[in-house]
Amino acid sequence: MVWHRKDLLGLEELSKEELELILNTADSFKEVSTREIKKVPALRGKTVVNLFYEPSTRTRVSFEVAAKRLSADVINIATEASSVKKGETLIDTGMNIQALKADIIVVRHNSSGAAAMLARHLAISVVNAGDGWHEHPTQALLDIFTLKEKLGKIEGLNVSIVGDIAHSRVARSNIWGLTKLGAKVTVCAPKILIPEGIEKMGAHVTYDIDEALRNADAVNVLRMQFERDESAAFPQQLEYFKNFGITGERLEKAKKNIVVMHPGPINRGIEMSSEVADGANSVILEQVTNGIAVRMAVLFLVAQARDSNHETTH
Amino acid sequence: MKLLIKGGRVIDPANNLDEVADILVDNGKISKVARNIRNGVDETIDAGGKIVIPGLVDMHVHLREPGREDKETVATGTRAAVHGGVTSILAMPNTTPAMDSAETVLCLVKIIKKDAGNNVFICGAITKGRQGKELTDIAKLKKAGIVAISDDGASVDDDSIMLDALRHAKKLDIAAICHCEDKSLSNNGVVNAGFTATRLGLRGVSKESEYKRVARDIGLAEKARARVHIAHVSCKESVEIIRNARKKGIKVTSETAPHYFALSEEALLSYDPNMKMNPPLRGEADVKAVKAGLKDGTIDAIASDHAPHTENEKEIEFDRAEFGVVGLETELAASITELIDTGLLNWTELVRKLALNPARILGINKGTLGPGADADMVILSPDKEWMPEKKDLLSKSRNSPFLGRKLKGSVEYTVCGGKIVYKE
Amino acid sequence: MHEKAKILDKENISRAIIRIAHEILEKNKGTENLCLVGIRNRGVHLAKRLAENIKQIENKDVVVGVLDITLYRDDLTLISAQPVVHKTEIDFDINDKNLVLVDDVLYTGRTIRAALDALIDFGRPKSIQLAVLVDRGHRELPIRADYAGKNIPTSQKETVEVRLEECDGKDEVIIVEKD
Repeated sequence: MVWHRKDLLGLEELSKEELELILNTADSFKEVSTREIKKVPALRGKTVVNLFYEPSTRTRVSFEVAAKRLSADVINIATEASSVKKGETLIDTGMNIQALKADIIVVRHNSSGAAAMLARHLAISVVNAGDGWHEHPTQALLDIFTLKEKLGKIEGLNVSIVGDIAHSRVARSNIWGLTKLGAKVTVCAPKILIPEGIEKMGAHVTYDIDEALRNADAVNVLRMQFERDESAAFPQQLEYFKNFGITGERLEKAKKNIVVMHPGPINRGIEMSSEVADGANSVILEQVTNGIAVRMAVLFLVAQARDSNHETTH
Repeated sequence: MKLLIKGGRVIDPANNLDEVADILVDNGKISKVARNIRNGVDETIDAGGKIVIPGLVDMHVHLREPGREDKETVATGTRAAVHGGVTSILAMPNTTPAMDSAETVLCLVKIIKKDAGNNVFICGAITKGRQGKELTDIAKLKKAGIVAISDDGASVDDDSIMLDALRHAKKLDIAAICHCEDKSLSNNGVVNAGFTATRLGLRGVSKESEYKRVARDIGLAEKARARVHIAHVSCKESVEIIRNARKKGIKVTSETAPHYFALSEEALLSYDPNMKMNPPLRGEADVKAVKAGLKDGTIDAIASDHAPHTENEKEIEFDRAEFGVVGLETELAASITELIDTGLLNWTELVRKLALNPARILGINKGTLGPGADADMVILSPDKEWMPEKKDLLSKSRNSPFLGRKLKGSVEYTVCGGKIVYKE
Repeated sequence: MHEKAKILDKENISRAIIRIAHEILEKNKGTENLCLVGIRNRGVHLAKRLAENIKQIENKDVVVGVLDITLYRDDLTLISAQPVVHKTEIDFDINDKNLVLVDDVLYTGRTIRAALDALIDFGRPKSIQLAVLVDRGHRELPIRADYAGKNIPTSQKETVEVRLEECDGKDEVIIVEKD
């Protein structure tokens, strides 16, 4: 299995073998972070640019640490994108970064399809760190990596995803990745937060949190995206916690060793109680650690693919 | 100036003609259609092995002039039109300023006289500024030269204003063209609502937004006992509603654009902004229904809804890109590829959709090849394959959904008013 | 490609390993502060065999680590098949140790250079020594083996293939020539 994509835009287009390759590579990279000197020269001399149009600390820092542990040089560009602001276009920004001879752009943008658009126009690698509601592939990969680590496999697992599915790129990427690897995925949310046709992506739908938790081997709890709320019918925070919040009490009715995940940052008391966030079932901090290994693997693989696709010097 | 078009297969539904014949053109009019015409002429076009049809009458074109000459002008738009075999177009009123006053209409009439490469007819606005609040003086607009009214780009939300408009249009015997969209149901969407919108993570426009408005406009037409024309029909529910209304005897006509029978929402998976338009591309079932509507006559016309936009406004993030695609240069070939080649329609039926019916709906004397008619026609190679590329398009804007797609049917000559205005 | 000659058979290999084990013990005066690190893949099997032999000779255990040098290679873009990254497992302290790197074939020396780079990140050994089963010459860097099973002169058109039972089903070293 050879990785030949110069970009990572989403999990929808990846094959099962490609997913497994990333996970196996991530496994090898995990060891690097346990060393005294947490560095390998794999991306030495390469430049990784973090182009973040949406505020994000965790993902950006995670990519930065991953790139630096591969000995790459990292540049961070944080801009606030607004449809009203007449700034430089995304494509122009990308072309400029390419002209600086950067090697990889890690892009986060609030428009679905933004990463794909950049990748279409640029010869350098593009890694999607989240585009609108569409996909957040590295998050799903680290979620899946963590699950595999904890439970030994993905195939046959029952995984429930709870939260604002309609507007969640983490949910979409997870559904693609998990179903391709043979897990059974259930999504759970208030009706208006379940998007039309989600069943066609391979997910089962329930509006009942207890049902979602009942036979689940793992539950991935999404952030309630209050800052993206426009609809008047949006449920109140406390109401949400009452009906969908993951509490110790609810987990008692679930499997004893159910794995509780969250992409972070947690809204304590809204998506889950502090008790659960800090409890024994939670792997939230391990997800963060694994995020480094997964992102190292992704950066390594796309850089490789681009180098081997090159015939002459750039 | 005498012109002879020799030996082509002439298709003229107005005169029940589908046979190999010669056409003699004299002084801009068709003088004779018969076999083996031997008159002395100034120029001959050898149409052997080709098809000769009336020049297309495209009743939905955005020429953008006045106001957005960066996107298109009367000059460039009509040049693109004849490249596609279109000899008559209806220019939509969403210009800047809108075609809502006699002065503005007369201004455009002047520009057309000076720059137009084919016949340009003007559609006036229904309401002032197309704001939907106050009716324009439709009688005055008609005097200035409009042949139809529409607020296209928008729908008139107020029932009473729309009813009034239909009554005026009836009295003045001009077409009322409806862009059917209930914005309150559109959800600010950019693609068809449903699985594709979910998969792409984009806001979806439900079909309700279109068909509910179609039903309303037909209902008002019934009330006013007037005729109404539904623009760019895209979904099966709209086709159903129109079909049922016609059965009831309500005078409704309709049009669809080639992208609604050639493409479905699947074309959006790559986030190509050249697939973004309003109404959006719909699902397979809708494409089937539109095709069925063309076949059984529910949909009378094919019109391009040619909507040029600059690259700056199209080659950007999908949700920020402008809605609309160009179509003058591809509508004939796309129609041949999707409708003739598949055996859904025969040539006579297709020519009705592209030329005769639009002319009749607008009440203009076009779309026919009988003696005395204006010599507007297209000589085309029906089997010639080609692939539209940006460099080949003559329109000022290049936002076509057919770029890089193989099409069948190529225009060899376009004749307008007896003159050859395009030659391959 | 065709097989040209068999250089070592199962017995030769076994004797070479025994000899190298003795030499390592002699040079390092026993097993104190000694550790072996095999370079993936075959170097690891050879290192384990060396450890076994050392155990038989001195009745003492020697730790064996596994080194994956993929991330340290300088020729990643030149190889056609994409290398797969595997785990490095050195879970002992290498500081102040006499570390013996073990590999199957020593050729240009670039693999060993990469291995040295990798080891420096793990700590500061007292010494790094090199044991190889076959030294085929054609060094491109100033690298030499402290212990070699056999020195084989080869031409650059040839490839030396080491096969070990643990991964290839049999023990032998053959020379293969490109057609």
